[in-house]
Amino acid sequence: MKKILALLLAGCMAFALCACGTPAEPSGDTNTEGEAAASGDTVVIGVFEPLSGDNGAGGKQETLGIQYANSVAPTVEIGGKTYNVKLEIVDNESSPDKAVSAANTLISKNVSVVLGTYGSSVAIAASDTFEQAGVPAIGVTCTNPQITEGNEHYFRICFLDPFQGTVLANFAKDELKAEKVYCLGQLGNDYDQGLMTYFQAAAEELGMECEVASFPENNSDFTSYLTSAKNFGADVIFAPTSISYAQLIVNQSVSQGIDVPLLASDTWDSNMILGAAQGTNAQVYVSTFYAEGGDPEFEKGFKEWINSDPTNLSNNGGNDIIAAVSVMGYDAYFTALEALKAAGSTDSEAVMKALPGVTYTGVSGEISFNETGDANRDTAFIKTANVNENVWDFVTVQGVQK
Amino acid sequence: MSEFLAANLPHLLSGISVGGQYALIAIGYTMVYGILRLINFAHGDVFMVAGLVMVYATASLPIYVSIILVVVVTVALGVLIEKVAYRPLRSAPRMSVMISAIGVSYLLQNCALYFTGGLPQIYPSIPFLSKQVQIGTASTKMVTIITPILTVILVIVLVMMIKKTKVGMAMRAVSRDFETSELMGIKINNVISMTFAIGCFLAAIGSLLYFTNYNSVIPTSGAMPGLKAFVAAVFGGIGSVPGAVVGAFVIGICENIIKGMGLTEFSDAFTFVLLIVILLVKPTGIFGEKSTDKV
Amino acid sequence: MGKRLKPAVAPEKKIGTLIAIVLLAALYVFLFLLDNALPTNSTTTMLIPVLKKGAIYALVCVSMNLLNGFTGLFSLGQAGFMLIGAYVFAIFSIPADQHNSVYQYFDGGAIQFSIPESLGRLLGENAGNFWGAIICILIAGAVSAIFAALIGIPVLRLKSDYLAIATLGFAEIIRAIFQWNGLGKITNGSNLLRKYTNFHDIKIQIGGTIFQLDTIFPFFIATLSILTIVLLVNSSYGRAFKSIRDDEVAAEAMGINLFKHKMLSFVISSFYAGVGGALLAMFQTTIQAAPFRSTMTYEILLIVVIGGIGSITGSCIASFLYIACSEWWLRFLDSGSFLGMEVSFFRDGFRKVVFSVVIMIIVLFFSRGIMGDKELSFAGIIRKIRKRRQVKAVPADGEIQEKEDESHE
Repeated sequence: MKKILALLLAGCMAFALCACGTPAEPSGDTNTEGEAAASGDTVVIGVFEPLSGDNGAGGKQETLGIQYANSVAPTVEIGGKTYNVKLEIVDNESSPDKAVSAANTLISKNVSVVLGTYGSSVAIAASDTFEQAGVPAIGVTCTNPQITEGNEHYFRICFLDPFQGTVLANFAKDELKAEKVYCLGQLGNDYDQGLMTYFQAAAEELGMECEVASFPENNSDFTSYLTSAKNFGADVIFAPTSISYAQLIVNQSVSQGIDVPLLASDTWDSNMILGAAQGTNAQVYVSTFYAEGGDPEFEKGFKEWINSDPTNLSNNGGNDIIAAVSVMGYDAYFTALEALKAAGSTDSEAVMKALPGVTYTGVSGEISFNETGDANRDTAFIKTANVNENVWDFVTVQGVQK
Repeated sequence: MSEFLAANLPHLLSGISVGGQYALIAIGYTMVYGILRLINFAHGDVFMVAGLVMVYATASLPIYVSIILVVVVTVALGVLIEKVAYRPLRSAPRMSVMISAIGVSYLLQNCALYFTGGLPQIYPSIPFLSKQVQIGTASTKMVTIITPILTVILVIVLVMMIKKTKVGMAMRAVSRDFETSELMGIKINNVISMTFAIGCFLAAIGSLLYFTNYNSVIPTSGAMPGLKAFVAAVFGGIGSVPGAVVGAFVIGICENIIKGMGLTEFSDAFTFVLLIVILLVKPTGIFGEKSTDKV
Repeated sequence: MGKRLKPAVAPEKKIGTLIAIVLLAALYVFLFLLDNALPTNSTTTMLIPVLKKGAIYALVCVSMNLLNGFTGLFSLGQAGFMLIGAYVFAIFSIPADQHNSVYQYFDGGAIQFSIPESLGRLLGENAGNFWGAIICILIAGAVSAIFAALIGIPVLRLKSDYLAIATLGFAEIIRAIFQWNGLGKITNGSNLLRKYTNFHDIKIQIGGTIFQLDTIFPFFIATLSILTIVLLVNSSYGRAFKSIRDDEVAAEAMGINLFKHKMLSFVISSFYAGVGGALLAMFQTTIQAAPFRSTMTYEILLIVVIGGIGSITGSCIASFLYIACSEWWLRFLDSGSFLGMEVSFFRDGFRKVVFSVVIMIIVLFFSRGIMGDKELSFAGIIRKIRKRRQVKAVPADGEIQEKEDESHE
């Protein structure tokens, strides 16, 4: 027994030593990078995205957009010098408790600016870490207002939940002629619950009646909720859930023969939902940042890039349908480059100072920041799933009535 | 009354169907616990792996071949887990075996995460089971009706097997007294492997039915059904196969009624409240045999 | 036999304690420098969070070890008690003017004061934050302990695996209650709590200069807590716990009140789990009920197993190793390249696969973990070195002596 113990201890020591050896290696790398950057070589952009967990699917698509942008524009000219742009991608596992160390991993790689993250709660959780390190972050598709509120360092290029909730309520009223709405979200999820609150407030103001229900994590049986919606007499089911639950909701509403339209937010804008709705009589409406056909040149390039690499293809869910989050990732990358150019240096403090003044015309539209650091956006695209051809059909551009 | 029934029939139907699927998993728990006194935490994850195997198999094989493959792979996995992770610890304290079970569960989930890349996998539709049917006011998939029937048939076959065959007799003997049955010439390891094989076979069938109904597989898909099936096994009296089935149906139906009543936040919590109440009021469950503590 | 040999080992014990104190002091000096003087570079940016989280996990693991390793109660409710601690801490330390923004969906929430802020008015901001945080941590622990006492009354009557599954169930129920919108005015429902006092706010003013206590603070609380647990384990209560673990019937026959002692262990363990939860809340700067699922308990349990069930030093070592590996050293396994080589199977999630395989190997082949049920002590190390030097005169005797001493320490 003692021998085994000694062996184990020795093993542990060896393991710890090896492990100690490895971090020294990449940190050595970063140091040389730092020197290289000073002599005009590399600038590091951090990509803080969930690559596993509940939001893994969306995070991967957002990352794809950023990676594609990097392949299109691998260099940037800062202060008269040409720098290579290097992406540092780190997985935050969709979980607020992993956010802090994941964020620190990026900081230790000397990033100038961070892009991300998909999923608002993780963005909020990492926010303070970036703030303490003085690294600016650009939220790509995180829509919760708390992310930028009161934070100097967090910016975002997409619209916000109060806006999105109101837009969707208006759409339900104007286009779907709804009187009663059944809202369904995940218990314990910031995003779902926040959006439902805003939607409910707006819907009740517009004279619609709402019933709200939450399902527990890892739930896969939605038949009871859908039955409740039917018994409530809902004209629309509003379900701003994450993709894994969305699939189940679409599928079960079809098999239960519920012919009520499903209305959802930006998370549902994914080819996985299209896959679930394909060949059925499901009616799915989503609000999103970008409608396909907006920029044919970008789309052609992006599709070619996706199809050129099987890993990209599988990260995009197995086909080359463009998700709006990829487009936003693409725009975020170029916004970051603009900020670097405006700052005239790779220093993160300088980038932070330059960011509020940055404007950029991206694929998804004009990007400029207001005083809280949010993008000035007043429209959202509404799309519907074309169940026959497996594509999204553009419905309308919806704004808020003022 | 008829109006009430019309409105709530779907709740009831889905309750019965979910109950049937829990029952098929619960049998695996109850049989393993009956013999080894081990909560096989990995059982729910074996169920999830069965779902994933189906997803990957149908990508290149015809559906019926895939179904056979799923059953074979799942049974093999179950037996393998027992051989590698539980057999070496047979004389170790109970806590070690349970920790090993938790470790296996962790391993299976992380492997699934690695292979799927964290993306939800869409379960293929099995032609006959996925067909739409209309019952009264409710529209549902064929699988909803098939599940309880199939469950009951399988359970009857299983109970017959336990009661009448030599293997069944050996199982009962082992669950009563490990050492004496070994003295009687029963090959304990074979009996235990057989138990795991049966449990996993039923879990594989359960996964076919469950994922046809809820057609997306994620690495944590097995965790909740697994825990609920375990509660069902405790409720019915651990070690008793009919008890586990009754428990599973009770939990499936209650859960759906609670959701129907609008107390949706607590549908999972309810299962655990039920567990704790049962453990306190009647720890042997409704069908469990009374056991005396041996000193 | 132990008695006869005891006087002979006393000087080693003294030297051992001395070394331990010196090392601990050195550690604190290093931490202080880390917070205030050392330059930030890529190594320290990772080292600091790993040290903080490691200290927090060490405390939580030791508290679980008290229950599972020393009292033999297989409880899986740790995440639930940490959740209570984290929430209680956050609720009482959100500054009043932040309530509207944090509780944005619940009209600013029901509780409108913050302990650190109120104390800050009396003692000045820095002292207020420091003492306020400590008071909030104590309240967090106390509330967890009260919950544990309530849960313990029914649950502790159950045996081994039933106890495990019942405590697991309770943790899930607690999570559902904290996420319930009905209590939203207090718990903020499913939404994050944030803006409360965190490690960055812990400062101390000496003369005219302000020193950061970022990293020292969790170490300070964790060291204090672990020391009290060590004292408890070595007291007569601790011996009663161990006798319950080894044989319940015999312990009862010796006149130990089973229920009372089990309850005591359960409540104390939950108190420290609550303290650990509060520290985790401070570390994360935001708190949400969702991550406190059973997976977190399993993770803690596996760390305890790696360290050795029944060894406090083992739990501490394993916590730091585990946190450092999972959040720092092994991240390259996910990144697709290793020492500059492109390795195609190194992609997201591979780190976790490697981890779970290592854990299975430890569980199956090294089930005693790093330390078994022994403790790492400097006295023991000194003795070992001395014994090497000595001629092996009485090897068998020495071995017994060493075992006995180590179990005493």
